[in-house]
Amino acid sequence: MQILRDLFRDYRFCFSFGVLVIILVLALLSSFSPYDPTLWNVVPRDTKPSAQHVLGTDSNGQDIFWQATFAVRNSLIISLIAGLVSRVIAILVGMVAGYVGGSSDRVLMFVSDSLLVIPLFLIMVMLAMLVRQFMNLVILGLMLSVFGWAWDARLIRSVILSLREREFTKTAVLSGTGTVRLVLNEYLPFAMPLIFSTLINNIAWAIGLEMTLAILGLVNLNIPTLGTMLNWALFYQSILLGRWWWILTPVVLSLFLFIALYWLSVSISEYLDPRTRIQRVGA
Amino acid sequence: MNTPILRTEELKAYYVLDLHGTQKVVKAVDEVSLEIRENEVYGIAGESGCGKTTLLKTLVASIEPPLRLIGGKVYYRVTDLDGIDLTTISPSSSPGAEGDRWWTSGEVDVSSLSPETKRRLRWEYISYVPQGSMSVLNPVTKVKETYRDFIRSHASGKTRKEAFELAKEQITELGLPLKTLDAYPHQLSGGMRQRVTIALAALLNPRVIVCDEPTTALDVVVQRGVVQLLKDIQAKLNNTIVVVTHDMGVQANIADRVGIMYAGKIVEESTTERIYGNPAHPYTQYLINSLPRFGDKTTRESVPGSPPSLADLPGGCPFHPRCPYALDICGEQMPSFTRLEPNHRVACWLVGEGEDGKTA
Amino acid sequence: MEKLLRVDNLTKVFSLGSVLSRIRITAVDHVSFHINPGEIFALAGESGCGKTTAAKMILGFEKPTSGDIVHKGKRGEKSTNEKVWFTEGVQAIFQDPFGTFNPLRIVDRYFFETIHNYGLAGSREEAIALIEEKLHAVGLNYEEFSGRYPSEFSGGQLQRISIARALLTDPVLLIADEPVSMVDASLRMSIVNLFKKLRDESGVSVLYITHDLATAYYVSDRIAIMFRGHIVEMGPVEDVLMNPKHPYTTLLRESVPEADPTKRWSERISLTELEHEEYLRQGCKYAGRCPHATDICMSEVPKDVYVGNVFVKCHKYSGDATPSAVV
Repeated sequence: MQILRDLFRDYRFCFSFGVLVIILVLALLSSFSPYDPTLWNVVPRDTKPSAQHVLGTDSNGQDIFWQATFAVRNSLIISLIAGLVSRVIAILVGMVAGYVGGSSDRVLMFVSDSLLVIPLFLIMVMLAMLVRQFMNLVILGLMLSVFGWAWDARLIRSVILSLREREFTKTAVLSGTGTVRLVLNEYLPFAMPLIFSTLINNIAWAIGLEMTLAILGLVNLNIPTLGTMLNWALFYQSILLGRWWWILTPVVLSLFLFIALYWLSVSISEYLDPRTRIQRVGA
Repeated sequence: MNTPILRTEELKAYYVLDLHGTQKVVKAVDEVSLEIRENEVYGIAGESGCGKTTLLKTLVASIEPPLRLIGGKVYYRVTDLDGIDLTTISPSSSPGAEGDRWWTSGEVDVSSLSPETKRRLRWEYISYVPQGSMSVLNPVTKVKETYRDFIRSHASGKTRKEAFELAKEQITELGLPLKTLDAYPHQLSGGMRQRVTIALAALLNPRVIVCDEPTTALDVVVQRGVVQLLKDIQAKLNNTIVVVTHDMGVQANIADRVGIMYAGKIVEESTTERIYGNPAHPYTQYLINSLPRFGDKTTRESVPGSPPSLADLPGGCPFHPRCPYALDICGEQMPSFTRLEPNHRVACWLVGEGEDGKTA
Repeated sequence: MEKLLRVDNLTKVFSLGSVLSRIRITAVDHVSFHINPGEIFALAGESGCGKTTAAKMILGFEKPTSGDIVHKGKRGEKSTNEKVWFTEGVQAIFQDPFGTFNPLRIVDRYFFETIHNYGLAGSREEAIALIEEKLHAVGLNYEEFSGRYPSEFSGGQLQRISIARALLTDPVLLIADEPVSMVDASLRMSIVNLFKKLRDESGVSVLYITHDLATAYYVSDRIAIMFRGHIVEMGPVEDVLMNPKHPYTTLLRESVPEADPTKRWSERISLTELEHEEYLRQGCKYAGRCPHATDICMSEVPKDVYVGNVFVKCHKYSGDATPSAVV
């Protein structure tokens, strides 16, 4: 496809594409794992990387490689839920506030601003402690999404506010287009780069926040995620004891993941930017 | 006949664009040879997209990628009578010069000047009023700050305070209220901004002032005020003004000589009286006849078709697809100039075979 | 003959400034005019005269402070559901051809949407036939139009496409807000001739809003000159522009540059920068610049009078003319 070919010219896109493909493959490999991630002591503990255990084993008696596949899969699921749900909320709130204006705008922005001002971390900690018993991937994802939409809703709203004054809005109104279709058909294309890059940033943020919560022990530590792997590694003093294969696995994976996500968002939003898009059209 | 102060010779300036792998060459200025004289108002007329703005950019030596100078030359005539302290300017190379007095020999090839020299000449020898006055005035400072910046970078031999006083004097002489200096650009109306920008361009008594569409988007009465201002400046400074506009009514009111530009080439050039009284090129005829006149409600026609894209020009004379009198040869070869009168040249096969030698 | 559009005492007041210092600018001040079927009516004036605000109110994009807009007997009150109250019979085209269409969407979309929203065609073939018919009427064909983005057309072409879209619903009134200001002077005729054609062949009326008196003279039947929210002169275009009565009309008419070097401007003018002050002036708004101003001009708003068949708002004429009931 022309789009992919254009994108591949950007080295950043190539790198992130490659890394994400590898991460996805890892996540999918989890279905083939010979070991159950919730069971302990299925393999000898604390062995170095070898032919049998590619990344070695940890102090819980689990194979690190297969554990990592589950970790990657779960982290991705949590962050995707968080990212997608918060996009939906942000788009709805931003578009309604921007186009309808008036009191709806004021109410929605009040809610949004409150969410920005509240010390996020304390609330998350409180919520996490309350929900800890029932926590699973979906619930964690939803929790993160509730706090991830506020900033982006305001951004989308300002895009809508400026577009509302443009003359093609009048043309659309004179063409008989109703409000909802107008906002979706006319404005959404302009907001796309914003939505897409904030989605990716949001995913990265969610992964990071999950890791932070996990290190503090505020999530269900039985579910393997990048964060819980780190938690266990730290708990068992793997740095001090020189068990680099355990601590480095989640660190390196998340490092590559963050860089890839960042470069992906930058390269795609440059591509989608209405100004460069207009230049490309009709070239 | 007045001496030329600004001259171009077979000037070729193209935009070379590279969009995701495909290359596009936009022939904005295609072999243009012009002679602009002292003490005159020279108008360049043509539709949007004919290359007039690019031609202006080459005249002020403001050529930056993706615009490239492909061929030809631009000459300035700079003498020490112009009040510019020429001992502070030195060329990067001096072809055939003797000692320090290279500049009195007459013309200077602009491409041979160093960037520092070009910067000095800008605003002191030749100033440029671009389309849209907001691009010249700094939107976040008051107008007087912009004036001070100009003076600071160009005042030689006068203290800044003296120079600023002179500036204030000049503004009042031109009929602009002093309080505009204390305002921010957005506080001024469009017409006022335009006039302030033009006054700024005239501040250092340049020999040439080049204006790109100075009256477009202005109300009719304000437009008249801007034309009046330009004429006042020309009379006061005895310099040359080059006005680029597609509005033939404005050209009729302000220009002494007019050059008609089409698809990067000059197709006709003459005194204003002859251009309007005896237009020879079919395009010129159309341009003039397509304007409505008071007292006449008979149907008039626009120029048929639309201007060609400068990236994809038709062969031969670029006007031939739209020309109702096109001959076969018009599609094959670009005509060179025929001289109808000493001051009137046309590039058209219908008029003549082009004895002038130089291609248009 | 029933009037197509009637505007009665239309007024719009804007409040500017902060809580501490508010200025009230009356952008449109008790403006009344009417448009007949099959006529081109020009609303002319410089920027800041209120013509665009008046157009927005007629279309429903701005709420009037007071006054009535009547079209086909209905009063112009916005119902809560509709943003614009009569888009089928009344359509509009705007000043900036490149702003009229969304640069990220193919232009066809607007055509198909209009057809769909107003139920103008039953099938895709019918829709394309209708589009072709309207494109033909403006001098374009479907092949060179279909599947393109706005940036692929020139300004003149886009303006014609805009007119074609407006014609899809077979409107009886076309409101054209400065349709040729951003088009090259040499190409304006092609668009303005279209208005003439629509009036002559289809009986469509056009409200032509402009600051270009030359094209207004060429194309319109009647004209109203606006200054700072008031209509200062109105009547058949031949009378108003060839024999101007109001001093402002005279100034405007003389300031139009003619393509004839023998007719250059001979008199000097001085420009005023006191826009806000002019708006707030008591009495006649033009008195600050008017060469014929007298004491009464400074203190009293001139009455509307008829001189022959031209309506003038000027103290010069209130003595010897019949006072008019504003129609």
